[in-house]
Amino acid sequence: MSRLSIITQNKAQTTVEELYKDLERRIVASPPGLCPVDLAVSFLKVCHAQTCGKCVPCRVGLGQLQCLMEDVLEGNATLETIDLIEKTARGIYYSADCAIGYEAANMVLKSINGFREDFEEHVLRGRCTCELNQPVPCVALCPAGVDIPGYVALVAEGRYADAVSLIRKDNPMPSVCALICEHPCEARCRRNMIDDAINIRGLKRYAVDHAGDVPLPAPAPKTGKRVAVIGGGPGGISAAYYLALMGHEVTIFEQRKQLGGMLRYGIPNYRLPRTVLDKEIETLLSIGVKVETEVTIGENPNIVDIRNQFHAVYIAIGAHIDKKIGIEGEDADGVISAVELLRSIGDNEVPDFTGKDIVVIGGGNVAMDVARSAVRLGADRVRIVYRRRIPDMTAMPEEVQGAIAEGCEVMELMAPTHIEKDEDGKVAALWAQPQIIGEVRGGRPTPKAADAPKVRLECDTVMVAIGQGIESKSFEAYGIPVKRGVIEALSWSGIKDIPGVFAGGDCVTGPATVIRAIAAGKVAAANIDEYLGYNHKITTDVEIPKIRLDDRPACGRVNMKERDAAERKDDFELIECGMTHEEACQESKRCLRCDHFGFGVFKGGRIDKW
Amino acid sequence: MGYMMIDGRKVEFTDERNVLSVIRKAGISLPTLCYHSEVSTFGACRLCTVEDDRGRTFASCSEEPRDGMVIYTNTGKIKKYRKLIVELLLAAHCRDCTTCVKSGECVLQELAHRMGVTNVRFENTREIRPLDTSSPSIVRDPNKCILCGDCVRACEEIQGIGALGFAFRGTEAMVMPAFDKPLAETDCVNCGQCRVYCPTGAISIKTHMDEVWDALADKDTRVVAQIAPAVRVAVGDSFGLTKGRSVMGKIVNVLHRMGFDEVYDTAFSADLTVMEESEEFLERLEQNENLPLLTSCCPAWVKFVHDQYPEFVENISSCRSPQGMFSAVIKEYYRSPKNSGGKKTIVVSVMPCTAKKMEAIRPNSFTRGKQDTDIVITTTELIRMIRNSGIEFETLDPEACDMPFGFSSGGGMIFGVTGGVTEAVLRRMTEGHSKVELDAISECGVRGSEGIKEVTLPYNDTQLNICIVSGLANARTVMERVRNGEASYHLIEVMACRRGCIMGGGQPPRAGDRTKAAREKGLYNADNVTIIKKSDENPLIAPLYDGLLKGKVHQLLHNQES
Repeated sequence: MSRLSIITQNKAQTTVEELYKDLERRIVASPPGLCPVDLAVSFLKVCHAQTCGKCVPCRVGLGQLQCLMEDVLEGNATLETIDLIEKTARGIYYSADCAIGYEAANMVLKSINGFREDFEEHVLRGRCTCELNQPVPCVALCPAGVDIPGYVALVAEGRYADAVSLIRKDNPMPSVCALICEHPCEARCRRNMIDDAINIRGLKRYAVDHAGDVPLPAPAPKTGKRVAVIGGGPGGISAAYYLALMGHEVTIFEQRKQLGGMLRYGIPNYRLPRTVLDKEIETLLSIGVKVETEVTIGENPNIVDIRNQFHAVYIAIGAHIDKKIGIEGEDADGVISAVELLRSIGDNEVPDFTGKDIVVIGGGNVAMDVARSAVRLGADRVRIVYRRRIPDMTAMPEEVQGAIAEGCEVMELMAPTHIEKDEDGKVAALWAQPQIIGEVRGGRPTPKAADAPKVRLECDTVMVAIGQGIESKSFEAYGIPVKRGVIEALSWSGIKDIPGVFAGGDCVTGPATVIRAIAAGKVAAANIDEYLGYNHKITTDVEIPKIRLDDRPACGRVNMKERDAAERKDDFELIECGMTHEEACQESKRCLRCDHFGFGVFKGGRIDKW
Repeated sequence: MGYMMIDGRKVEFTDERNVLSVIRKAGISLPTLCYHSEVSTFGACRLCTVEDDRGRTFASCSEEPRDGMVIYTNTGKIKKYRKLIVELLLAAHCRDCTTCVKSGECVLQELAHRMGVTNVRFENTREIRPLDTSSPSIVRDPNKCILCGDCVRACEEIQGIGALGFAFRGTEAMVMPAFDKPLAETDCVNCGQCRVYCPTGAISIKTHMDEVWDALADKDTRVVAQIAPAVRVAVGDSFGLTKGRSVMGKIVNVLHRMGFDEVYDTAFSADLTVMEESEEFLERLEQNENLPLLTSCCPAWVKFVHDQYPEFVENISSCRSPQGMFSAVIKEYYRSPKNSGGKKTIVVSVMPCTAKKMEAIRPNSFTRGKQDTDIVITTTELIRMIRNSGIEFETLDPEACDMPFGFSSGGGMIFGVTGGVTEAVLRRMTEGHSKVELDAISECGVRGSEGIKEVTLPYNDTQLNICIVSGLANARTVMERVRNGEASYHLIEVMACRRGCIMGGGQPPRAGDRTKAAREKGLYNADNVTIIKKSDENPLIAPLYDGLLKGKVHQLLHNQES
């Protein structure tokens, strides 16, 4: 008899492993708008299937919770049932023997706390509170609501100009987004159920790269209404473009020398070439938008002056002030703000970092941008110091990987404590306290000081990239409501009790993404139009290709390739390579056309105009 | 070693193995359904969940005591959860309490009452499953199982058998023998410890009270009872009398009142066992054959040897158990028409033991092919019959046993406790009977509740090595040593139940440490007050050998080849 044997999986076990992966992908692809109670019961069933059966709360309790929640779904429950679900779940949470039990109960508790109204709606009226109005996942998750299945189908047919026209209906900056959009549309792509999300941004890039010059639609007849847009970033430009398209007379006031906002003064050329940005802005302005650069709306002129001169105002000033880290020695010569550095690069005032030993503080995209820019500007050594772990960084993973590939060293779990100066007041070193990752608070593990001595990171330059703030004071002074540093605007971009003044983008949400700024501009344009007494429709005459009934066997996703790290780190040219024709054809044909299949064919599949 | 605060009071702890024990020591009867100090901690019922000063909740059975701990056992939160757990258990449980065999003794029922569960807010999700009545001793009712695993651990850890185990997982989990075989087809030795540990009616004694009532109701039947030694110390506390005190006289009285024609003390046939077993032992010593001699009075142990150590079957004493000897003698006595007066005789044996039910129907315990012991009831069934009869047991005067077999020595009495058989045999093998000589025997190491005791005594020219075992897991340890040649004994006394028959599978359950000690003391006291300590000096023995047993010793007192 053998004492031990080598464990191999049988067919059933390997199949179950496969099914786990299928389920993971399926959950990723879970479309928005599902009944949360129904989902909660389904999750609970999975949890209950995992119970070993030893302890009473888990073995019996989870089953009873399931019965009670099914009663809610089936309309056999009362409001007391909801209380009983909560009490039972709490009892299980505090008494079950292992995580299989208590975490399952915790999920139920979270459900009750998170959407009790939904439980009540089922009990009282036998229905969900959620509406079935977002059946196409990618469209629903695009803040601007771009017709993604539509343009992916157009790419598949080789109709690239039509694809660009279709995108512009909802997002006037397809070229910019083709390169730097964070593509929330891909997150819940139904294709995940089969293999992997469609590379939507990559396909958009293929479309814009191959569309040639696509003319803008003709603007509506002039209305004679004048609209001021404060801030020439992506949100301001988008609002201005749509308002101009509607026939209004728009003037953009821009504080800096050039338009573009963070696209120019925050994102380095190697991610978004200036030529692409300039061309996109130029195209959009060609519809007839006035621009006044180097005008700061603050004291003179102030927001009230502007409001008086125009029929409506859109405030889209973004988030451009750098946050201070607040440690000793921050005033040393050699401490550079990331925002300022990127701003001067945006205006072609490029510093020389040859031979420098640089430490970047921060873990966001801006930290990666300055670190990678510093490499390109000749720095000897670039270290990125972050107080959490690499997976906790807010920067996109590909940005972090890119920085590492280009030679940046990432020092995780290091909290800066002070900056050491030499006799001349110059940076000599950054001191940091090693951290240990700890308790999860607010959904994120928080670091705390590790039982280890501080470390001295010798360097001559420290770049601080720990977030941006909003220059909201001069607006607040003139009556614009500001809460926790951001301008307080309503969901339709209006400002409470101040008719005719609208606000959106980073200055309302705090630093976010370009597509959210564009979406805010779109929303503002629609509501300003409405405010001015019009109901202009933005539409397109592009015809969407018919669906194909091809088989759709599982097929890998085409990812974007990048230029070699060794080559690209010496210049500011675009890093990312576009798809080949072959790749774009294959990738675009992976789309499952959720605008047609499922509920897409019936309602909510396509919004033709807004 | 240290201190902890329990509900605001400082409590010292020493070697308690968990917080639960410290809490109980502090006088708080924290409820549990799956905790027994004799078996491993399982942590399934979660009823002993407590809260600490940081609001963390944990099962106190599974937590080691630490100095400075601050524990609350009765916060509002904890009380709610505890009640919820009982409610959840009831939701998955048969709720026919009034007709349940365990009614009144069920821990779950008691806890539901204690927690104030007056309404179960959950749907009853249990599926009805068939009972396993295959065993002559035990009935398994899966509908009443709460999966506490007590029986599984008792069978595995104390008895070393593992006849029961967990099958399936999750909601489907069940306790059952491997492959869901009927219990009778497993290695179950019928010891009944699973039933002692079971807090509900999921494992119960297969009862034979109705058969007894029927026999008593039959005018043409003489019903003779024999009462095992351990029974007398386990009945009184059920009727409000002192724990562990022998109530033999009252039992004789109550049985007479119920209609038993004759009532005897099995200690009498224990004296016969001592005679026969001593003789057998001396013979084997002389011939140096089939040593060690393995005692045969415990049927669970005998089955254990047959199942697990077949190569040692020849070592088992050929003597019948006291139950078997007595029934054979009674039946032989009434075989004579002069004695029987034309009546049929039924022997009812009242035992602390569930395995005795199995022994009674074991063919090699039959005489002339016929079953001698007609009905075996356990102490628990006796108590129920007394309650059923309505006779106020506690007020009864003691009565003496009947003749012609109504006298026994102290040696026969102590059969009910581990080491008792050995002690009685040693008394027999010792020449004198002065207090000094008898005390020397009782102090040689035969007494005490340890599961394995070794005694070495000079006998003639040699040293006798004797091993006294209780609990079959201990027996397995000893037998392995013997088999591997690591130990060598002349005599091994084994009682399947820990501490012997006083803790038998048929005794009233839920006996704590104090009850155990009281039962043991009760039996030794019964011995103390007996004038005749040595079995061979029982005045009824010699006439029996000269009379009824003449020429029939082997036929009546030894197991038959089957």
